[in-house]
Amino acid sequence: MYCSDKYKDIEKKVLSGERLSKEDGLRLFACTDIAWLGSLADTVRKRKCGDQVYYNVNCHVNLTNICISHCKFCAFGRDKEDRGAYAMSLEAALETVRKAMQDPNLAGLHVVSGLHPDWSFEDYLSRLAALHEAFPSLYLKGFTGVEITHFAKISGLPLKEVLLKLQKAGLQAIAGGGAEILSDRVRRELCPNKATAEEWLEAARTAHSIGLKSNASMLYGHIETMEERVDHLLTLRALQDETGGLQTFICFPFLPHNTELGKTVKQTSIWDDLRTMAVSRLMLDNIRNIKAYWVMLTVPVAQLALGFGANDIDGTIHKERILHDAGAASPTSLSEDAIIRIIREAGRIPVACDCNFNILREIV
Amino acid sequence: MNSENIRAAREKAVRGERLELADALALYQDNDLLFLAECARSMKERKSGKSVFYNVNRHINLTNICTSNCPLCAFQCEEGDERGFVLEAADIAKILEEAQSVENLGEIHIVSALHPHKEFSYYLSVVRQVKAALPKADIKAFTPVEIVHFAQMTGQSVEKILLLLKEAGLSSLPGGGAEILSDRVRQIICPNKATADEWISTIKTAHKLGIRTNATMMYGHIETIAERLQHLFTLRDIQDETHGFQAFVSFPFHPAHTSLGEKYHLQRTGSWEDMKMLALSRLILDNIDHIKAFWIMLTMPLAQLALGFGADDLDGTIGEEKIIHAAGAKTNTGITRSRLRQMILEAGYLPVERDTFYHPVKEGEA
Repeated sequence: MYCSDKYKDIEKKVLSGERLSKEDGLRLFACTDIAWLGSLADTVRKRKCGDQVYYNVNCHVNLTNICISHCKFCAFGRDKEDRGAYAMSLEAALETVRKAMQDPNLAGLHVVSGLHPDWSFEDYLSRLAALHEAFPSLYLKGFTGVEITHFAKISGLPLKEVLLKLQKAGLQAIAGGGAEILSDRVRRELCPNKATAEEWLEAARTAHSIGLKSNASMLYGHIETMEERVDHLLTLRALQDETGGLQTFICFPFLPHNTELGKTVKQTSIWDDLRTMAVSRLMLDNIRNIKAYWVMLTVPVAQLALGFGANDIDGTIHKERILHDAGAASPTSLSEDAIIRIIREAGRIPVACDCNFNILREIV
Repeated sequence: MNSENIRAAREKAVRGERLELADALALYQDNDLLFLAECARSMKERKSGKSVFYNVNRHINLTNICTSNCPLCAFQCEEGDERGFVLEAADIAKILEEAQSVENLGEIHIVSALHPHKEFSYYLSVVRQVKAALPKADIKAFTPVEIVHFAQMTGQSVEKILLLLKEAGLSSLPGGGAEILSDRVRQIICPNKATADEWISTIKTAHKLGIRTNATMMYGHIETIAERLQHLFTLRDIQDETHGFQAFVSFPFHPAHTSLGEKYHLQRTGSWEDMKMLALSRLILDNIDHIKAFWIMLTMPLAQLALGFGADDLDGTIGEEKIIHAAGAKTNTGITRSRLRQMILEAGYLPVERDTFYHPVKEGEA
């Protein structure tokens, strides 16, 4: 690897497995030598994860898009009376999955929804339990720290109790959304009506304490500063030092279409997307998996991200809704063959996994 | 290909030494994308420093009615087809009038089809018309495939045709139609147009007459990897002899709406492959100054990324691109100068607005 002398010290640290500082993170975000940066992240990826790339065959179930939070970056949430507002009955949720079951390789569900003003915790819980009962072979990943915080508030139950009930109903892992940028300045501006940074962290911490693993994410490319991005990564790194319960980290570039915030903010460039991917891999030295979420990044960028530190490309998804409301240019689903081809062209080994990164099938 | 070959090829690439076909095959197989990017980027910086070029241009496609019926093409149609069009002098005058209002328009790019009846005099008068309307713009027009067609149609030599066009105002050739310079491949993808030898000899003749050209490649269809890489070495050999290529442009094959795509169930290559080919071409074509990331083909995000993978030219602002959009390209048909400059700056490079011959248009740039 060669880089300008300017970054030799960082390269040395990374190659010797030394932890990067906040200052290092800021310098990397300012680095334009993207080939060097990618190469460095790729070296770490290879050392940690080898050549296997995880993907999953799953179905997204968004129980409702009716939501009280009105986050400025969201194009999915609606008020009850808005056009296109929906709330799935228990039967409708089952029907969605029944359709997805036509794919014999379907391995699990990803259940993430709005904070419905009239639903009780029981309404969410009963749907989850019904899904688990009807489809016991499917893994269940779902509910972000934001939803879990909301459940605790509306039910009056302690977080731990909420999580134990979800776990008992069949939940096997917590989704990584809702972290956005873990800074109260940013959250007050963009999403003041939902879990604060500390609440999100506490939900993750509590989940980990009862043996539920979770994912973590970052929504970037809106009003946050580079320093806030780096701080966000450091916050997650500190959480992981404490609990070890984070399985994968996902970078979400903000998609501006149809959002309040999109009136003033432009979409991130590929340059920013791949740099953020690489810096995340380098800063998050204690999180094993880095996901290139093709729905948000688009397929071409997600494929290239496999060279910039990612070892997970998410899944085939059936009918992605949340991001396509925000104008995501990607298709709403990809066939398993397409995912396998994308991974193979990058010279990697496709591995189908469940929501806890257990390998279901290695595609040779 | 064993690990020893790969190791040796990697060392050559790091040192920027000339690669042989076996090296290129080893690097291709090694598939270490970011390694290739690092080597290609450093070769780019040796050749053009921190500069990244773009120009302000307009594309004109005179007609899509074509006798060659290439299975690779989604643009052409036969005479009588309702999609068919031919621009006559009055239509061109309209386009030129619009072009006259473009600030610092540097180049008109004209590429068309092999029309069954349009005579050579038509093309000559188009060149004259453009020159008269836009005396300051360079005319980059007609691929070697079209030049060979003109020669066959008129019974004149390729040299004579090129001289007549030059006299009329032509400054350079765009270099398209090379596809893959292998007759096995051409038999399948474009059996009715200029052969590999005809393409090569036309290019050499142009270079001999002082007409500079680009070199191109269309990949990702039915060619083998060896044929694809050999194509690059063929171009390098020509360049060693003539030094007439200014830039290399590669086109990933867009299979949608083409009979070739349908017949062979072809899929568009992935972004990984596109960036890999871009970096490999920078490394193999050590004697060609510029590597162009043609955003119309690659999409804008990949073209921007290509600047980190060895490209130093983002092509132009273009208006009304038709050929590639007929094959389902989802890119815009034009982009503003300020947007292009901003993309280059974000990549850590210096935008340089250029003319056809890569001279900076504005003082103080490059």
